[in-house]
Amino acid sequence: MFNSRILSRSRSDQILVWSLRGLAALAGAIVGLIGLFLVLESLPVLQQVGPARFFTDAAWNPLEGLYDLTPMLWGTLWVTLGSVLVATPLGILSAVFCQFYAPARIASFYRRLLELLAGIPSVVYGFWGLVVLVPLINQIHPPGTSLLAGIAILTMMILPTIALVAAASFAKVPPAYLQEAAVLGLSRWTTIQAIVLPAAKSGLFTGVVLGTGRAIGETMAILMVCGNVVQMPRSLFEPLRTLTANIALEMAYATGDHRSALFVSGLVLLGLVVALVAMAEALSQGQIYE
Amino acid sequence: MNDNQAFGKQHRDWLPTFLVWAVALGVTGIFAWILGDILWHGAAQISWEFLISEPEDAGRAGGIGPILVSTLLILGVCLVVSVPIGVGTAILLADLSTTDTLFSNLVRRSLDVLAGVPSIVFGLFGNVFFAKTLGLGFSILSGGLTLACMVLPILIRSAEEGLRAVPPDYRLGAAALGFSRTTTLGQLLLPAAAPGLLVGVVLGIGRAMAETAALIFTSGYVDRMPESLLDSGRALSLHIFDLSMNVPGGNANAYASALVLLALLLVINGVAAWIAEQWLHRRLIP
Repeated sequence: MFNSRILSRSRSDQILVWSLRGLAALAGAIVGLIGLFLVLESLPVLQQVGPARFFTDAAWNPLEGLYDLTPMLWGTLWVTLGSVLVATPLGILSAVFCQFYAPARIASFYRRLLELLAGIPSVVYGFWGLVVLVPLINQIHPPGTSLLAGIAILTMMILPTIALVAAASFAKVPPAYLQEAAVLGLSRWTTIQAIVLPAAKSGLFTGVVLGTGRAIGETMAILMVCGNVVQMPRSLFEPLRTLTANIALEMAYATGDHRSALFVSGLVLLGLVVALVAMAEALSQGQIYE
Repeated sequence: MNDNQAFGKQHRDWLPTFLVWAVALGVTGIFAWILGDILWHGAAQISWEFLISEPEDAGRAGGIGPILVSTLLILGVCLVVSVPIGVGTAILLADLSTTDTLFSNLVRRSLDVLAGVPSIVFGLFGNVFFAKTLGLGFSILSGGLTLACMVLPILIRSAEEGLRAVPPDYRLGAAALGFSRTTTLGQLLLPAAAPGLLVGVVLGIGRAMAETAALIFTSGYVDRMPESLLDSGRALSLHIFDLSMNVPGGNANAYASALVLLALLLVINGVAAWIAEQWLHRRLIP
């Protein structure tokens, strides 16, 4: 397009280019600032008790100097794993429906629906979960606020993300592949399973990774339906607390080392997400920000 | 690819076909359930009075007037800050990335990560940076600035796509006429890319309005009418959370607030879709 060395003679152009660079530097610096401030706030407790005790302490009781994060880490892991395992096949089948099964008008209606679902605020999902889903689960097995409720709500929240990214990557499969499959007389499902899915593999992975990121970071909905008991859930019906819910619950009254310990869990979350983004980037080699 | 005729008529595929339709129907059903439930319970409470009056009895009675005002103020702060930074960054990424390769790659990488940062982590950052370090306290300003950081990636992405969609002829023509870069940008590129920029802004508004976790420790819980940007103000999403979790008997008004929030988001979503459609139409028929 432009080459600044050739075109930038006028003074106003120089000012423009430098102010654009300034704005972009500002936008780019935010992640750094976030990392920096999380580290600064975590340092007091990290220096005092050391990182190891966040995994080896007997319990999470910051007022008495016990900082075990493992039950919350497991909580985050279980709800994330559960919802990704359920949402991935459902999301991919939704995308298959959009691209290959539904008549054009229904497909575009369904796509619009998925976009709407992706835009529903997490607090609304959480509220619905709290007043409709939790009482239902409570009838099967009390108390209702549980790992199962968390997985169900998170599944609904990440399914649209996975489905939309999958549909976009199906749309990029070269039409020639499909025509050749038709010439060979392959059935619709065989075509999808043997040709479309392998060809769209990297896009599907990107969708799943994005969904996983959203699941790990989700706070409000999980906070509202999971019961927030600090424990390792031993069944689908037991309550649990995730890292994110822990921050939201305790930040309001935390001071000193307790507050600092919450920033440590924020740092852990940030680390998890950076690892996921790096993974997505390696898989797709493309722009994935949304 | 909706070329149904391209596939042979095979009947042994009934199981996958059944499965695919069942999933689609199931997802649609659950969506209808959520929406129907909120519409059914919320609609009864909604009135003009509810929208403008103050909350009473911790929100169990009364309306959401001050909460709507706070929400709009937080959104306003968010947009005033994020739109210039976002559009500026998008111009740099779309138009100068040939000369600033290393720099724009760095910015892009950093935005990729920013897009994935959980909202509660934005809340922690906003609390320590805007509220504590910059001394803004629990205020609408802190909340708006935190949200501005959060919506930047989505805004920049749409704006950049809009700018990239401007035909290269415009740039070459302007260069041939000896326009300065500032003129080209102001007179040609930005007007031509305006729909893309607008879609980005609308998507950003949607994301900001849906946000709760980032606001708990930045803009705070106070449900009075805010008197300045330095006052704490409760956002609509936070109001729903508070009514359903902390206020026994608050569900009726929580339903009504959820309905208002969903209606606002649906309108925003519709506007974005409409702009995008108009834009596509105009590009197909120049």
